[in-house]
Amino acid sequence: MAAAHQPLSPPESDARAARVPWPLRLAPRLTLLAFAGPIVAGLAGTALPAIGVLPALGGHEPSLEPWRRLAAQPGFATSLATTLATGWAATLLSAIVAFGWAALVLHRPWAARIGHAVAPLLATPHSALAIGLAFLIAPSGWLLRWVSPGLTGFEVPPDVSTVGHWSGWPLVLALLLKEVPYLMLMALSAMNQVDARAQFAAARALGYAPAAAAFKVVLPQLVPQMRLPILAVLAFSLTVVDVALVLGPGHPPTLAVLAVRWFSDPDVSLYFPAAAAAMLLLAVVAASLAAWLGLERWLAHWGRGWLERGARTSALATLGEAAGRFVLPCLGLAALALAGLALWSVAAQWRYPDAWPSAWTPAHWQRQAAALQGPLVATVMIGLLATAISLVLSVACLENESRRRSLGRATGVPAASGPRLRAATTDALYWPLYLPLLVPQVAFLFGAQVLLVRAGLDATLAAVVWAHLVFVLPYLFLSLADPWRAYDERYTRSALSLGASRWRVFWRVKLPILLPPVALATAVAFAVSVGLYLPTLFAGAGRVATLTTEAVTLAAGADRRVIGVWAVLQALLPLAAYALALALPRLLHPHRKGAA
Amino acid sequence: MNTPLRLEGVHIAVAGQPLVARLDAVVEPGQCLVVMGASGSGKSSLLAWLAGTLDAAFEARGRVSIGELDLTPLPPERRRLGLLFQDDLLFPHLTVGGNLAFALPAEVRPRAERHRRIEAALAEAGLAGFGARDPATLSGGQRARVALLRTLLAEPRALLLDEPFGKLDAHLRGAFRHFVFQHARERRLPMVLVTHDAADADAALAACGGRLVQLATAATGGPSSASEAA
Repeated sequence: MAAAHQPLSPPESDARAARVPWPLRLAPRLTLLAFAGPIVAGLAGTALPAIGVLPALGGHEPSLEPWRRLAAQPGFATSLATTLATGWAATLLSAIVAFGWAALVLHRPWAARIGHAVAPLLATPHSALAIGLAFLIAPSGWLLRWVSPGLTGFEVPPDVSTVGHWSGWPLVLALLLKEVPYLMLMALSAMNQVDARAQFAAARALGYAPAAAAFKVVLPQLVPQMRLPILAVLAFSLTVVDVALVLGPGHPPTLAVLAVRWFSDPDVSLYFPAAAAAMLLLAVVAASLAAWLGLERWLAHWGRGWLERGARTSALATLGEAAGRFVLPCLGLAALALAGLALWSVAAQWRYPDAWPSAWTPAHWQRQAAALQGPLVATVMIGLLATAISLVLSVACLENESRRRSLGRATGVPAASGPRLRAATTDALYWPLYLPLLVPQVAFLFGAQVLLVRAGLDATLAAVVWAHLVFVLPYLFLSLADPWRAYDERYTRSALSLGASRWRVFWRVKLPILLPPVALATAVAFAVSVGLYLPTLFAGAGRVATLTTEAVTLAAGADRRVIGVWAVLQALLPLAAYALALALPRLLHPHRKGAA
Repeated sequence: MNTPLRLEGVHIAVAGQPLVARLDAVVEPGQCLVVMGASGSGKSSLLAWLAGTLDAAFEARGRVSIGELDLTPLPPERRRLGLLFQDDLLFPHLTVGGNLAFALPAEVRPRAERHRRIEAALAEAGLAGFGARDPATLSGGQRARVALLRTLLAEPRALLLDEPFGKLDAHLRGAFRHFVFQHARERRLPMVLVTHDAADADAALAACGGRLVQLATAATGGPSSASEAA
């Protein structure tokens, strides 16, 4: 077909270049420049001090001294071990629970209904949830209060360590509460891609019990679909800073916290071992990502024998489904953590071991109002700017892509043939988008900060907005890409044939049709920005205060009622954005059904 | 395996609207019950009910049994009714041989014997040597045959055919129909064929004998009753 058309079509590049306006054509390159450039430069800016080169601090000759200092740090080996253990434990447990739940979704209505309940948790910043969890599991926390002194006999909080426990289990638990909902959502969308229900029914018709049918037919197809989300969770869990500051072990801390601690130390000579620690973390992440890919291959290889043996029931599958039931305690615990925050923020008096506050007051909110104002405005402004820029860039990239494709089709240019080819070229174009999700933040943010200082841009609003952009853009693009590509181009073609201009068609037809996903992707992006801790800290040089940086700082020792106020506001802001995103399409198009 | 499939007083309704009203039928081994009707007439719901996968939104009464065994209370995986869909639904993460091994009962052992059975089945369908192939590399007709082989290797008690010829090109259609009916007759499997295509229905009745049931469309036919022909 394509070959028959080819002689009639004008040369490929001319045909395309002539019709896609130049701002759109530039968009992909501009977007990548906003990304890959600073990340690569930032990595280099961290790598050089790691081998002793940082002229501003007198490091001119490459040396291994930073690494010697890092290795000589007391507890270094423990730091490394804790980092690996907590990162992998959080990832594997979240993946097992999410996959188990995905299996349940196929034949248990309650599991499917829960899928809709996780959106508020996705919006909640990691640090707010971590703070709420700390309030819950502390020896003086809510959980023990419920059973004390009745069951435990505790009249005063017991002298045991939970928050900051050396093993890192509270850190793993906090990551679990946040990553399980994320992977649940990703699993749901992956299941739609692989036609899971029909295949599940086919396997059951062949005599397979539900759990075995799900684990042998559907899940093996989900694992490759979920590769990127799982890698992102793994990289994040190994390198998380804010959650580890609130809940992780302190002496010695995880590698990421160690690096940040040194970077923020008044003794600037600690920059060198800090950079070494950041580079080590980069290597740990790279090795872990490779290990997951290896594990996936091994599973696929080993799994074949398991699939082809013909066993209609499987103890392993039943066990996996049982693990899926843990979504309930996970969601319950997360809800309790957030409820606890709200309760503390309005508690006048809450003596141990009372289960509930004995008196209520709005006083903490009133007293914090003045202090809240600046960070609240900064948070909203940074979030809106980063989101707006990301939205324009993402839409421009996607629109460029779809116009080229439709031109390709109209002129018979064979470039747009075959969904597989299309996905491959798109992926190749946009792979740097995934970098910020996979590269440890601390490994390039430090180097980027060095560059910002040199340019005299550190601690400016522009610097912080850019740092947010690096993380906001990937999430916005990834949320928007699928709905944008699923848009039926025939709407555009029929509008064009009615005489409307390209521009008018975009504003009056395409954008309104795509409004629900655009609104949702915008809310996701804003929520990501609100939750960012390290990028704000580094690009702002510690002088730009947002709700998140303040809440994490306060969590180290302030009054719980004060922390409660900050964390509640921090959690409410993204929720408000989500609510707005769901309401907006209904308000603008009240007659349309099935919006959102 | 050569016992009749029996449907007694089957009644399916959705939101108070009856789709299938009191259907009784006995399908002898090797024969075919053909259920015809336009889309929306409830013929797919009837098949889903027989398979045990009918959505909870439907109200269904009646009894389905094979020989002395009442299937009605059994979950889908214990009914052992082979289902052939309009889509072949070959599992994309397994090879052609892997798909067939998936269906072969676990009792068939050891590995060499499993392999032999699969190779024999492929050879019989004119697909010898296809075991290691990715299903995605097969033609539509080849995939359809593999789907039938997969269903048969699971040793079903009866065959439920949900418009399995609907998506095939005209020239493949006749050949695949012949292939399906021939295998079902040889194994003396009772069949239920759901279709809206009169040619499919005629071919089934000519090849296997049996009965035709016409379902009225719920929207136009009022309280539908299963009318009979042939």
